[in-house]
Amino acid sequence: MNELLLIVTIGGQRVALHADAVESVVELDTLIPVPRAAPHVAGLSALRSRVLTVIDCLRSLELGETNCANGVREAAVVEFDGHHYALLVDLVEDVVEAQSDPSPVRAAMGAGWERVSAGMVETESGPLLVVDIAGLIAGVEAKAA
Amino acid sequence: MDDLIADFVAECREMLEALGGEIVAWEAEPDDRARLDSIFRFVHTVKGNCGFFEFPRLEALSHAAEDALADVRAGRRRPDGSLVSAVLAIIDRIGEMIAAIDAGEEMPAGGDSALIDALEPGSENNVTPVATTVAEAQGKIAAPRTIRLSVELLDRVMSGVSDMVLARNELARRLRESPTDVPVDGAFERLSSIIAEMRDAITRTRMQRIENLFVALPRMVRDLSAELGKQVLVDIEGGDVELDREMIEMIRDPLTHIIRNAVDHGIEKPAERLAAGKREIGILCVSARQSGNQILIDIQDDGRGIDGKRLIEKAVASGTISKADAALMSPREQLALIFEAGLSTAREVTAISGRGVGMDVVRSNVERIGGIVEVDSTAGVGTKMTLRVPLTLTIIPALTVSIGNQHFAIPRSAIEEIVRANGESVRLEQIGGAGVATIRGRRVPEVALADILGLESPMRDDERTLVVLRPAGGDIYALAVDRIHDHEELVVKPAAPAVMATGLYAGTTLADDGSPILLFDPAGLAKVGGVKLEAQERAARIAQGPALAVAPKATEVILFRGLDGGRRALRLSVVDRIEEVSADDIRPAAGQLRVQLGEAILPLAGVADSQLPKDKVRLFRLNDGSHEIGYCFQEVIDLAVLAHEIIPADQAGEVSGVTLIGGQPAELIDAHWLFAHHLGAASRQLGEPPVCRLPSDDPWMQNMLRPIVEAAGYRVVGEGDEDADVVIVADDAKIGKSASRRTIRLRSEPEPANAKDQSIYRYDRAALLVALKSTGARGR
Repeated sequence: MNELLLIVTIGGQRVALHADAVESVVELDTLIPVPRAAPHVAGLSALRSRVLTVIDCLRSLELGETNCANGVREAAVVEFDGHHYALLVDLVEDVVEAQSDPSPVRAAMGAGWERVSAGMVETESGPLLVVDIAGLIAGVEAKAA
Repeated sequence: MDDLIADFVAECREMLEALGGEIVAWEAEPDDRARLDSIFRFVHTVKGNCGFFEFPRLEALSHAAEDALADVRAGRRRPDGSLVSAVLAIIDRIGEMIAAIDAGEEMPAGGDSALIDALEPGSENNVTPVATTVAEAQGKIAAPRTIRLSVELLDRVMSGVSDMVLARNELARRLRESPTDVPVDGAFERLSSIIAEMRDAITRTRMQRIENLFVALPRMVRDLSAELGKQVLVDIEGGDVELDREMIEMIRDPLTHIIRNAVDHGIEKPAERLAAGKREIGILCVSARQSGNQILIDIQDDGRGIDGKRLIEKAVASGTISKADAALMSPREQLALIFEAGLSTAREVTAISGRGVGMDVVRSNVERIGGIVEVDSTAGVGTKMTLRVPLTLTIIPALTVSIGNQHFAIPRSAIEEIVRANGESVRLEQIGGAGVATIRGRRVPEVALADILGLESPMRDDERTLVVLRPAGGDIYALAVDRIHDHEELVVKPAAPAVMATGLYAGTTLADDGSPILLFDPAGLAKVGGVKLEAQERAARIAQGPALAVAPKATEVILFRGLDGGRRALRLSVVDRIEEVSADDIRPAAGQLRVQLGEAILPLAGVADSQLPKDKVRLFRLNDGSHEIGYCFQEVIDLAVLAHEIIPADQAGEVSGVTLIGGQPAELIDAHWLFAHHLGAASRQLGEPPVCRLPSDDPWMQNMLRPIVEAAGYRVVGEGDEDADVVIVADDAKIGKSASRRTIRLRSEPEPANAKDQSIYRYDRAALLVALKSTGARGR
């Protein structure tokens, strides 16, 4: 019930990530592109001598492309399947407590959101979509494959 | 056996230690099932191991305790105070005995029957447990102190140390950039060496004795040979060689496969062996040894060997090679056919091996981890397979390259050579839109890294550098990169699946400045770049044979120790072979030492009269194409290539200069001089010799060339002395004014700069001699 959620903004939408999955919130400056990788892989970055695979959430959700050219970007660092990822987001807001269990979203969302949806939860700042981190990392290809 | 006992003792100790608390708790609460179980497990383990090691007293004790506890577990008996005491007494006694075994002492005296009797239900025989014995036993022994750690923890420490190395590298870079302060540098140096030491130590914790891999082999071979009706004796050596434990897992399958093959196909049935004059029992030797940063594992059997001809037949039948190619193959190439997919000499398919999938998989698995499989076999005598694998997976020597401003790394093990695209011996052509590079007459597919990666690169094709790669299990191709940077040892970590999915990369690593670098998978690059590796493998390999022979290579030398103990080197090309003669065959004759080799009598060099050895002497047989001489030596050290600058000797003589070989100085023997000196008398001509002018300030000319010129019957003069019949100059030198009938120009590059170039490559001895001879003849 009282699970902690990290509120971030992706593509102008406020969504929630499971806070216990997020190791830290960082500001990325350098980004090394990975040629030929899937489009939602924005590149590689390093954090405390660990290599982070940077995921462009906008592309993963088929909402456009994050402009990485203009300096520092905020990102949430998560560990998934033994690898570290940085999820590029517009803004990291706050950590809140979930006030309900996730329930299915019955309204029609965009295809990208539909794919990463882990249900809707009530919080003190209103209902929020919980985003499945694995879905964000897998990107569009996972569905195609 | 001693190792196993030590393991047994260590295991028992650990269990005793862990049991310490349980025993006390069980005493207080005999009904506690979990405690009972763990005590039962202990005596059970001890019993099992004792049977194996033949410690009858231990076995009897543990057996009795196990029986009693089994009754309790089965509910046939209620644990009461006396039973608990009796069991505890037995456990204490076991502890004492184990301590004694470890210390190599006699077992503690005193019968065990009292203890065993005390277990009987209703026994009044009160035995007081000595609860402190275990602790005391521990204290007494100065055994190696060990603890068990989870591998996960070790990995964490390892990655922490790797990070520390990276942080150190970055600090080093920052220090280089800022003005240096001596005390700071000193402190950093110290930190640096401590980190290096730590890295070594922690790397060793990841090491495991290869014994872990070998222990299962005797059993496997026994089962296999029983199944096949054969008799095989396994001889294992080098179990104490240590290897990264990940690596051990990686070679488990290939090793198993090779051994199965050896037992199944190599070693014959007893009757066949007797008929072939061998012992009934086949011998399979498995040995491991370390050589530099590689581990070599030999698997040798004394079976029937591999039949090269049958392999050829099979390969031709299956279309792997053509008949014409087959005829050209050397025995070694024939044997290498066993690594081709789908080939097996087994006449019938057996359950054990011989389905035709096998050695090709073994090879690709071993090459994937940066290793090599070699095969050597003599029909009727046996087969030897050698696995060469690197010590560890995580630190990979690599070459960093760049495209535009992005850096990448290429594993050094896959790199054959690096050439400039605009070099003289390289030509780039387009064939049907695909790039083909001709490197010293050898055609290899060429792909531009920028094209594979879809990156912008301002560089033109011919400005790039070609990295010639040989991916694991594939044929070579050339990768055009913008720039080559550095050789580095990189700590490689696996990349995320989304990155690996490209098929281009083998992992990621961090550069000195902390930015990530992608490590390429050479086979993946070829695949994405559209280079067909498999199809042309054989054809190109065969074409490569003769091409290599003409291609000028780095000068190979044979490094040896002379009779006087000096480290010397001789160009390999002049050494015909090595002979051993008895000292009686060497005697002074016609003014110099000569050696008799069969029918021939050769001048002998490399030895002074006073050093003449007493009995056997070994010598190189040197050949300059028409004459031979012998050169005595003590021992051959190694074969090497000349990689360092040659510092020329001041005077022409037996030694032309000094260079570094294998990190130590070695004298380079001047073969030209040897021949000139020892054969000179015979070949010198009568009458006034023709005159040749050599630049007196050019050491190469004076030391290397002068002897040949003199041997060809010329008198050598310096600049401006007198008129000369012939002048020899370096290609880039200005021709002096002095009159001469002919000028011979020498160039330092093997290939002429253009078609009109009349110069002679300075190591082209034949052309040089022809030029000298023709001039000399005209001069007379």
